[in-house]
Amino acid sequence: MPDQDERHDSPESEGSDGEAGSDQKPSKGFSRRQFIKGTGLAVSASVFATEGLLKAAAPDQAGAGVEGPGAVKVQLRINGQLRQLQVEPRVTLLDALRNRLDMTGAKKVCDRASCGACTVILDGRPVYSCTVLAIDAQGKSIETIEGLAPKGTLHPVSQAFVDNDAQQCGFCTPGFVMAVKAYLDKHPHPTADEVKASLNGNLCRCGTYMGVRQAVLEAATKMTRKGGRA
Amino acid sequence: MADLQWPPAANRHLIGKSISRIDGPWKSSGTAKYSYDMNPPGLLYAKMVTSPYAHAKITAIDTSAAEHAPGVHAVHLFTAVGKEVTCEGQEVAAVAADTEEQAEDAARLVRVEYDELPYLVADTDPTHAGAGNFRQNSEETQGNPTQGFQQAEVVSEGEYGLPVITHCCMESHGSVAQWDGDKLNVWLSTQNVSGQGGEYAQGLSNAGINFSASNLHVDCQVMGGGFGSKFSADTWGVAAAVLAKKAGRPVKLMLDRNVELLVAGCRPSMHGKIRVGAKRDGTLVAWESQSWGTGGVRGFGVPPIPYIFDIPNYSRTHANVLTNIGAARAWRAPNHPQMCYLTMTALEDLAAKLGMDPLDFFLKNIALTGERADYYKQELQQAAEMIGWKQKWHPRGDKTPGSIKRGLGLSIHTWGGAGHQGFCRTTIHPDGSVEVATGSQDLGTGTRTVIGIVAAETLGLPLEGVQVEIGDTKYPPDGASGGSSTVGGVTSSTRVAATDALNQLLAKVAPSLGTTPDKLEAAQGQIRVIGDPSKAISWKQACAKMGATPIVAQGQGGSRGPGRALISAGVGGAQMAEVSVDVDTGVVRMEKMVAVQDCGLVIDSKTAESQVFGACIMGTCYALHEEKIMDQQTGTCLNPNMEFYKLGGIDDIGDIVVHFMTDPMYENRGVIGLGEPPVVSPGAAISNAVANAIGVRVPELPMTPDRVLAALGKGGQA
Ligand code: FES
Ligand code: FES
Repeated sequence: MPDQDERHDSPESEGSDGEAGSDQKPSKGFSRRQFIKGTGLAVSASVFATEGLLKAAAPDQAGAGVEGPGAVKVQLRINGQLRQLQVEPRVTLLDALRNRLDMTGAKKVCDRASCGACTVILDGRPVYSCTVLAIDAQGKSIETIEGLAPKGTLHPVSQAFVDNDAQQCGFCTPGFVMAVKAYLDKHPHPTADEVKASLNGNLCRCGTYMGVRQAVLEAATKMTRKGGRA
Repeated sequence: MADLQWPPAANRHLIGKSISRIDGPWKSSGTAKYSYDMNPPGLLYAKMVTSPYAHAKITAIDTSAAEHAPGVHAVHLFTAVGKEVTCEGQEVAAVAADTEEQAEDAARLVRVEYDELPYLVADTDPTHAGAGNFRQNSEETQGNPTQGFQQAEVVSEGEYGLPVITHCCMESHGSVAQWDGDKLNVWLSTQNVSGQGGEYAQGLSNAGINFSASNLHVDCQVMGGGFGSKFSADTWGVAAAVLAKKAGRPVKLMLDRNVELLVAGCRPSMHGKIRVGAKRDGTLVAWESQSWGTGGVRGFGVPPIPYIFDIPNYSRTHANVLTNIGAARAWRAPNHPQMCYLTMTALEDLAAKLGMDPLDFFLKNIALTGERADYYKQELQQAAEMIGWKQKWHPRGDKTPGSIKRGLGLSIHTWGGAGHQGFCRTTIHPDGSVEVATGSQDLGTGTRTVIGIVAAETLGLPLEGVQVEIGDTKYPPDGASGGSSTVGGVTSSTRVAATDALNQLLAKVAPSLGTTPDKLEAAQGQIRVIGDPSKAISWKQACAKMGATPIVAQGQGGSRGPGRALISAGVGGAQMAEVSVDVDTGVVRMEKMVAVQDCGLVIDSKTAESQVFGACIMGTCYALHEEKIMDQQTGTCLNPNMEFYKLGGIDDIGDIVVHFMTDPMYENRGVIGLGEPPVVSPGAAISNAVANAIGVRVPELPMTPDRVLAALGKGGQA
């Protein structure tokens, strides 16, 4: 098995990222920001239950000064660490994490708030990072799977996914783990039915739901037995 | 001497136990790096330009604006002026730029002009297809169908169908390509790590790049789902390499989700008009079917029905409707879900018309299933017991008051699953460490884990005592993961290699134990004298006797290798589904499924069970949710996204119970692949359960509320 690469911890990723210079180009045509504004309602009307999506997608400062279209300075607090980068305002939090910071635990699958593979935790709430702009994530606490457990250890949720074989190809798994983590933080004693209802915003093509249900219940038991959240 | 045969049940320490996948922590911690996650220094992002038309001739392509757009380093054309595109989403050009956003902007600047041509994207009725789009592929008869229908005392007639669905792998198709002089490294999301050389050599040569397959290095440690759609590197795989060559920088080209749904995944549709007749006592005598389906512009072959039941008199025809949609790809158990659905639903309708319990009807005709009749019989009986068939089954139409109706349905299926040919290398080092390597891949099956289990069992070591390496062309080549061939392939090659390596070790150790190698065995971390465990040395001590040179053994797997007796092919399975249907809203819920399956010798019961869970869930999705919806007016797909290409979520799936048939009669066949068979039956079993619940057949999958209500409008239990 290859090394477990944790490049996000490397010091050179502090400060502005290497691509800043090439990211200055004015955006033409269709902008991601307009798209998200325009479809906020449609997104909220979808059946997915991951909390906080709409809240995160809605611009906080309607009527505030226009930013962009060129690259702007963005400061993100990720897993407790401040990271600076230069990105165009249209860049999503997901693309900022994956393409600029090499934090690839969150996956790009649908890129439009349908599958949950990109789930990260923003101010304690699970969000689809493909549908949050990086500039809108400023000033918030961003938790990604890379920060879930100290290097070389497994978070109880990740461990429960292993023990209950709640993963096959594993591509949906980091998103699931983050959604479960956020959920258990707020609901430490879920019933089996609550688990099903609360995780319907994450999709798995391999069909690991049987294992996921067991994993969530087992993780809940283990985390509360330990006398607190992990 | 260690014996090549699988150890008897009493001597198995790892094989068949419930063992967590060894790469599980790597995946669930988010540290596993998929092709999509590879970000080598200097990486460029590529975006594709694809056809908006179902069928058109390209009259002009102008890439100059794109080439001069900010950040752009290379442009590649997949086609040329004068050529045709034959489906929406077909690749035309690709642009590589410093950032993904710049690549998107530049792709939009590529100007392509088309002359639209006539197209067909709808497949529901071949009479509308027109001569050019209709290909009658087969006409077959057996026995005397006319006489058969004369003998039949009850005849059931119906139309059944299931649409094109897509693969929708969570990790889209694509790769990251990086040149190092003449050498090409690709991180390719693939089901076929060892089998890419020819395609790259040909594709690059077509693009004017001289390349020899021996310079290709493929790395795919993990991949986010394939289901039969990722054997080939595809034009976009080669394009990444071409762009990387032109730009002198690594390039990532992953398909956008809409393109993935349009061109990179297609399970052919199948529809049919079916008549089937039986004697009053249920004996099947005659079958007649006219079926058709589409798998794109080239068609996809002939799926023969009736499935499994060899009815003595039949006549059948099958036609391909050639449509302008993304071409067919192997979709988990190619053709079987379609054949199974059309057959098992028609048979269940006949049972209803006969007034027979379908379980009795299937058992009555079980001899028609041929050599595996005993398996099917036992499996049906097992499933019936597990779901409580005899207690719960009722004749068609649940008479319970209220809007929720419940019903039971069943189906049986088969598959081959012979292990593929491939090679494994086992290395025992003087310090006692062991490495097992093969150029195979893990699609989520647990490939690493079954290899580790077999190697450790063979060498008498704990699972942690062996290091498993796959997913890289630097290891001995393995076959493609298709046809449920991987577990049979890699377990046979691993067993052969590990046994050979062990025998070399025993030969070196025997003198120090004052015996001959044939009197020795490896067990519990020791090399010991068979029948006298007091005469033993530890594995580490034994390995220290080999000298400085490691022991290396290569083993061939599959039906042509020395381990051919370790594997076989041909499985059966029975599934029963319990559903509830709200006859006011038309919403169907799969409440419970029981899946009984044989697959020979089970290597890891935990990951094997997961395979069956996953198949039942995937099957429930195509029974109730999935459809690639094509619009004949515009020639476009209406749902190339994951909002409207519906997969079921965790709350849409009921309870699933899995049972493996592991009596010696099943197990003595050795290892047989499992990935495909359990995905075959769910469509039929769930449809039959819905018919049982509401008293009328919903003829087309997926059984969406509108289709359920439409069926209820024609009768039933509303
Ligand atoms: S990638 Fe964000 S929800 Fe699917
Ligand atoms: S494990 Fe493959 S998509 Fe969920």
